Order: sequence, then structure tokens, then C-alpha cells
Amino acid sequence: MVSVQTVVRVGIADMNIAKSPQTIRTSGLGSCVGVVLYDSSKKIAGMVHVMLPDSELGKSTKLNVAKFADTGIHAMLELLKAEGVRPFSIKAKIAGGAQMFQFGSNDTIRIGPRNVEAVKKELKRYSIPIIAEDTGGSSGRTIEFDPDTNILYVRTVNAGTQEI
Amino acid sequence: MNSKNDITEMHLDVLKEIGNIGAAHAATSLSQLLGQKIDMRVPKVELVTFDEMFDLAGGTEKVVAGIFLRIEGDLTGTMFFVLTIESATQFIRKLTGDVAFTFTDVEDLGMGASALQELGNILSGSYLSALSDFTSLNIYPTVPSLSIDMVGAIVSFGLIEVSQYSDEVIVIETEILQEGKQGVSSLAGHFFLLPDPPSYRTIFSSLGVL
Repeated sequence: MVSVQTVVRVGIADMNIAKSPQTIRTSGLGSCVGVVLYDSSKKIAGMVHVMLPDSELGKSTKLNVAKFADTGIHAMLELLKAEGVRPFSIKAKIAGGAQMFQFGSNDTIRIGPRNVEAVKKELKRYSIPIIAEDTGGSSGRTIEFDPDTNILYVRTVNAGTQEI
Repeated sequence: MNSKNDITEMHLDVLKEIGNIGAAHAATSLSQLLGQKIDMRVPKVELVTFDEMFDLAGGTEKVVAGIFLRIEGDLTGTMFFVLTIESATQFIRKLTGDVAFTFTDVEDLGMGASALQELGNILSGSYLSALSDFTSLNIYPTVPSLSIDMVGAIVSFGLIEVSQYSDEVIVIETEILQEGKQGVSSLAGHFFLLPDPPSYRTIFSSLGVL
């Protein structure tokens, strides 16, 4: 039988939902953090590609909620709830937050670690457990989550693909 | 000048001229450094989404050599020099004299990393000094930093400043071409200049087109 599996793609500062047999993927994460929120019993997962830690940093009048850790995770939870997912059954896997370039102490330069801290703070706020993470370092990552197996595939240029 | 809507066709032409002058100087420096013919295309100035910006640089997952620096002074912004791995390999071989150099171990490039960083220094220096002369603005580049990785991971770092203002970016892009065998030119890489949004006013007012 031909598999009808499709991949849902998530761009930068973007979010989406996938249901098994779909998988969900975002590519080329550097300092950004890919946050996967999933419900293993319903085989459904949401992914947010977080670019900045806090919506307070936004200087534009039009707010793209998926861009920031605080608004992005909140919006993803609302989307999952609308799909009938119960909040207490949601778990998280996260990857990204690298420091791609070695510079001084400027805030922008530390954006990767700050994104990771902000994502963890938000997940804690909603009491969502982090089941696995691959964060930090200085390499870019492409990630793909399979809601059927709950495996997050993390590919880097140096180390191939890891499963977390 | 807070909104992108205030940027007219004439402003875009001015930015294109900035790309033209800067990249022409940088291409000349590169050509002298390598003793090889380097061509450039007419710069493009575009307002693109972040995902489109990755496509311009080769696609999010394409592995490239990225040389990154910040611009400080009267004008602030980000500058990138994104090279294909093939071109970066050839440039490193020429600069170091190590004809066997390859990107097998991207964690430890040794002399290759220094050579590429120096290349970044020279190119950005010539690009920005031309820009500084043209605009009469004081511009200081930071020391360039190098990463061999996916386009998405490298370029997104340069979008952090802009992303606080917008989901789109005005990019001044110039392709540089390397003459290969039988005179066939192949893409060597791209220069990307991304002024921080508050700097547009500075640029246009220095050139009298505000």
C-alpha cells in the first residue's frame, strides 16, 4: 500500500498542527527554538518556530503571535484546545537556541540561550513537562516530529540525525 | 519613515545604488586578492518575508559558509557574505596554498577558518568604506564571525534586529560570480546588507532624498 504520509511545514515565526499519519517539520533553526506540544493519546502535535523571547520586544503594531515565546506557546495551546486536546495531557519537546556566531556581550548575540530560557519559563507557567530537548551549542538544526511515535528527529550538519 | 509604506520607488533606487557601489568595491578587492576574475550582478533590492530571504540565500537547509558582521556607527545593520561550499573551498585553497583543503570537519577548519574570516574582513571593509564615502556617514564593522551551517540557521541570526519591527525585511542583495573553466561563471555567493529599520531615515537624509 502506498503511504499517504504528508509533512506539515512550519516557517520561521510560524506555527501549525499535524495529526498522525502527518508529521510536522521546521528547517534551519539557529538561535530560534522549535517547540513541539503534543498529545500522545490523540496523536496530534503543534509546532511553533519561536524567534524572540518576549512579545514586549515587538516594536510593530501588528503582532505575529508565533514569533515570540510567550504569545506563541499560548496561541499554540489555544489551537490544541480547539482540537479537543485536554491541557493536562500535553507534553513538550524542544530543540534549537544555538549561538551561531561568537560575539561579545550584546543582548542580540545571546538570543539563542534567551529564547530557550523564555520557552522553558512559559512551559513551566502552563505546567507542561519537557520530555526531551536538544538546545544550545553552535549548530543549526532541522527538526521533524512524528505524532504517531512521539519521536522528534533532529538533524544537524555535523552529527547527522538524532532521535529524541 | 516608520512604516515601510513611506519607502518609495526612488528610495529603493537609492538603496540599489548603495548595493552597486559597495559590492563593486568588494568584488574588485576579492578579484585582486585571488588574482582571478570576479563578476557581480546588478544588485536587487527587495522587500521579502523571512522565509523568502532564506530562499534568496539558497534555501533554509542548504549548507553554506556564512560570514556575518554587525555595522555600527551612524548607520546600524547587519551584513552577510554567504558563500557556496564549493567557492569557499576554492578561495581557501588559493589563500592558504593548501590545495587539498576540504570542509570535512566543520568543527575544526584550522587555517581555513582564519582565511575565510580574513576574506570577510577585506570584503566587508571595502563594501562599507565605499558606502561610508557615498553617504558621508561614519560606519564601523565589527570583526566578522564565521559559521558553516544551514542557510536558515545563519541568516535568521541576521534577522533578529529587524524581526522586532516587522515580519518582512528590505534586503540589498548582490550576487557574485566566479569565472570557471571555459569562461563559464558560477555563483560564488551573495552579499546581503540589511539596515536596521531606524537607519533608513539616516541613509535617506544623508543622501538628501528623505
